[in-house]
Amino acid sequence: MNEMTTIARTTTLKDWETDQEVRWCPGCGDYAILKAVQRTMPEIGTTPENTVFVSGIGCSSRFPYYMETYGFHTIHGRAPAFATGLKLANPDLDIWIVTGDGDGLSIGGNHTMHLIRRNLDCQIMLFNNEIYGLTKGQYSPTSRVGTTSPSTPYGSVDRPAQPAAFALGAGARFVARGFDVSKELPNVLKAAHAHKGAAFIEIFQNCIVYNKDVFEDFAAPKGAEDRQLWLKNGEPMIYAKGTKGIALDAEALHLKTVDVVDGDWQAAGVIVHDVTNRSVAHMLVEMRFGEFPMALGVLYDDPRPTFEADVVRQNKAAAEGKTADLQSLLKKGQTWTVTEGGPEL
Amino acid sequence: MATAVVDQADKRQSPLSDAVVVRFAGDSGDGMQLTGGQFTLSSALAGNDFATFPDFPAEIRAPQGTLFGVSAFQINFGSSAIDTAGDAPDVLVAMNPAALKTNVPQLKQGGLIIADEGEFNDRNLAKAKYEANPLDDGSLAKWQLLKLNISQLTMDAVKPFGLGNKEALRCKNMWTLGLALWMFDRDRQPLIDWLNAKFAKAPDLAAANVAALNAGHAYGETAELAGPLKQHHVDPAPVAPGLYRTLTGAEGIALGLVAGAQLAKLPMFFGGYPITPASAILHHLSRLKEYDVTTFQAEDEIAAICSAIGASYAGSLGVTSSSGPGIALKGEAMGLAIMTELPLVIVNSQRGGPSTGLPTKTEQSDLYQAVYGRNGDAPMPVVAARSPGDAFECAIEAVRIAVQYMTPVMLLTDGYIANAAEPWAVPDLTTYEAFPVEFLTEAPEGGFKPYGRDENLKRPWVKPGTPGLLHRIGGIEKELDTGHINYAPENHQAMTDIRKDKIDGIKVPDQVVELGAEGGKLAVVGWGSTFGPIHQAVRRKRAEGLDVSHVHIRHIWPLPANLGELLKSYDKVIVPEMNTGQLKTVLRDQYLVDAKPVNKVSGQPFTIAEIEAAIEEALK
Repeated sequence: MNEMTTIARTTTLKDWETDQEVRWCPGCGDYAILKAVQRTMPEIGTTPENTVFVSGIGCSSRFPYYMETYGFHTIHGRAPAFATGLKLANPDLDIWIVTGDGDGLSIGGNHTMHLIRRNLDCQIMLFNNEIYGLTKGQYSPTSRVGTTSPSTPYGSVDRPAQPAAFALGAGARFVARGFDVSKELPNVLKAAHAHKGAAFIEIFQNCIVYNKDVFEDFAAPKGAEDRQLWLKNGEPMIYAKGTKGIALDAEALHLKTVDVVDGDWQAAGVIVHDVTNRSVAHMLVEMRFGEFPMALGVLYDDPRPTFEADVVRQNKAAAEGKTADLQSLLKKGQTWTVTEGGPEL
Repeated sequence: MATAVVDQADKRQSPLSDAVVVRFAGDSGDGMQLTGGQFTLSSALAGNDFATFPDFPAEIRAPQGTLFGVSAFQINFGSSAIDTAGDAPDVLVAMNPAALKTNVPQLKQGGLIIADEGEFNDRNLAKAKYEANPLDDGSLAKWQLLKLNISQLTMDAVKPFGLGNKEALRCKNMWTLGLALWMFDRDRQPLIDWLNAKFAKAPDLAAANVAALNAGHAYGETAELAGPLKQHHVDPAPVAPGLYRTLTGAEGIALGLVAGAQLAKLPMFFGGYPITPASAILHHLSRLKEYDVTTFQAEDEIAAICSAIGASYAGSLGVTSSSGPGIALKGEAMGLAIMTELPLVIVNSQRGGPSTGLPTKTEQSDLYQAVYGRNGDAPMPVVAARSPGDAFECAIEAVRIAVQYMTPVMLLTDGYIANAAEPWAVPDLTTYEAFPVEFLTEAPEGGFKPYGRDENLKRPWVKPGTPGLLHRIGGIEKELDTGHINYAPENHQAMTDIRKDKIDGIKVPDQVVELGAEGGKLAVVGWGSTFGPIHQAVRRKRAEGLDVSHVHIRHIWPLPANLGELLKSYDKVIVPEMNTGQLKTVLRDQYLVDAKPVNKVSGQPFTIAEIEAAIEEALK
């Protein structure tokens, strides 16, 4: 989110669409995310000219071309670094980073980590499809063990990274999850935008060509309520139409699923979601799907001062009371004057 | 170096007869760089022209007494124009056996060795791999030797101040400096003032250091009658009147960048990552917030340049800086800046390579990298500084080109320039022509074209936040005018041609002949920090009557329009470089001239004598 300096005007979805032909594969999950973003923008009170989409390289990174805003399609993995310079140079801009599991966690993992650690005010949308799409289907750092791909014909053997856990570990003050076709996605995006600081959103995205339906186990509409836990601040962590919930095993210090009888979630010990509880957030991002439902929505949200605000403040304080006279700077330190009679201090 | 000195070039018979080269050498922890720096200041106050050469190891605190832990500082000062830090020292101050061993081979025959015999014990001799004590075995016979127990003399001098052994010995360098000040008839007061200011919070330390300084000075006075020690007065150099200061290359770059940003009327954003010998530029700029400078220490070299490009996109002057290995990491991002046509200054403080190479030693081996080192046809202007003072001018020039042509610009300097100091006549900023940037703020007649162009083939610079000019940029090939994605064959041909034509068309000043004449038997063509030794060597050879001229190229890319004709006006061209012949290759390629290489890659600057020998060889 950013402090608006321009007067917000009313926009509609159309105002956020470019005239560019969208070049994703037909049926790609990116279309749904694009629509969700374009639908969200008019509702968050920002303007197209004040908005910049910054991306790296990959399928997801074509995103800026399709948003009628300012956009910078940069190089592989480095979008966070461009965004940092951009935001430091103009803190009024509303910056959205679009990245993927390869771009943001493999080649650009370092920058993602530092952007989050510094808490630059921006939204980071990481489209996780667990595969390299644009390079034709190699396994990615989020691919599950055993993923067969052109580069892993016998199955991948390395353990996958968990984006939300990575972000929280890097010091994120906002972590959320959604998926491409979810109707809740705009609400997640709005919450991310409302958070002042680096807001990390993992968006599960269906790559229909190279990793089709890899998230169907939790994203399929049928029986979704049994497999998705949509977190809401201040509300109990219940799912499966209120028949199940998440509770804390206080002795083992981990989460567990419990049955909720007759809607009495309190009796079952179900936790009330507190978005500012960092300890619980650590457990939520680590919750293994299968044993647990997939935790979605805003997992954690507890703002801290932002990097660019602190930089601006320090720059101002350091410059306070000093005159920016370059000529006097040039002669700073020990100087001497040469006259016809020779040098003197 | 010679920037501030009245050029009396060819009048002189023996240009260095009135100059002295002193080399202070000791252990990394002995404070030799500090001693050298203060001696430099005293040379400046004595009105001498000078050039310095700090030569230190890559290790921060190398094990004491070792050969690789030796840190040295050489200064050449004199009463006439000084262009280099000098070839062979006249005086070597050796604070331990290792310093003697690594530095004495360069000492002029008959030169003076001042050795701290207190440090020539069995342990230190073994560490320096001496089998016998060289102070006693006659192996130094071709030099004059003055052995003093500087350690003991210092301890005696600071005794009244009750310092511990270790602290007392730390004053050794001030004792040595005191002796050097006496030797060259220098005023002690500025150094005493400096010590009192430096140790304002520890008056005991200040007093002890001053006492050591005075004791060293007094020793010179009393010992004069006996040994080889003689007092030598070097007259002030004939220098143009004006205000002077000492300037290192890193300071020159930092100040020049700030001046350039002011002339362009832009805030500056500097993205850097620590690397030797470039970090000093980041350090200088990070203290200049009041000049609308934002500095950002990024997580790596790539993020440093990417953040700078991001800032340029936002409408600031983006600057990044590194040395060879870091520049290599930035290569892909430079390509993006070329593709998106955003202004950017990339400073490369070159060091010995490849790979980690010689972090603290100088080299000029990144010229290919600067001119050619990117994927695709990625032309980029390259400007090279010849000295600390010139670095100021070159930084301004790099900023000018970057914003006037919307292009990244590589500014080359090297480890020698970065660390070396020279007297600098403080320029009057009002004499510099401003080149204020005009951002596009509304659509021009005929509609807004993000990749439309002016007469310089420059595209418009639009700040995000500007209503009505929304557009997208990126590294994928752009369509002519619109900047949309376009892979069409004819479009890529046209865009590649435009990118090349834009850089080729950059207006750079015509090449001048530094010394000598247009046309003749031999041109010595240099670039960067070889300026000093080439200039002196050509001056000496011309004084001997040889037909030789010095051409020094600042604009490495694009090259000055008249350079080809100029080079062809000489019978022969030699190109001394601290690499294996990189500018030579470019000149041959561009002009089909038979440029002959003169190369040195030892991590040390050329000596004047080496260039003189090359001139003699070429004119045989």
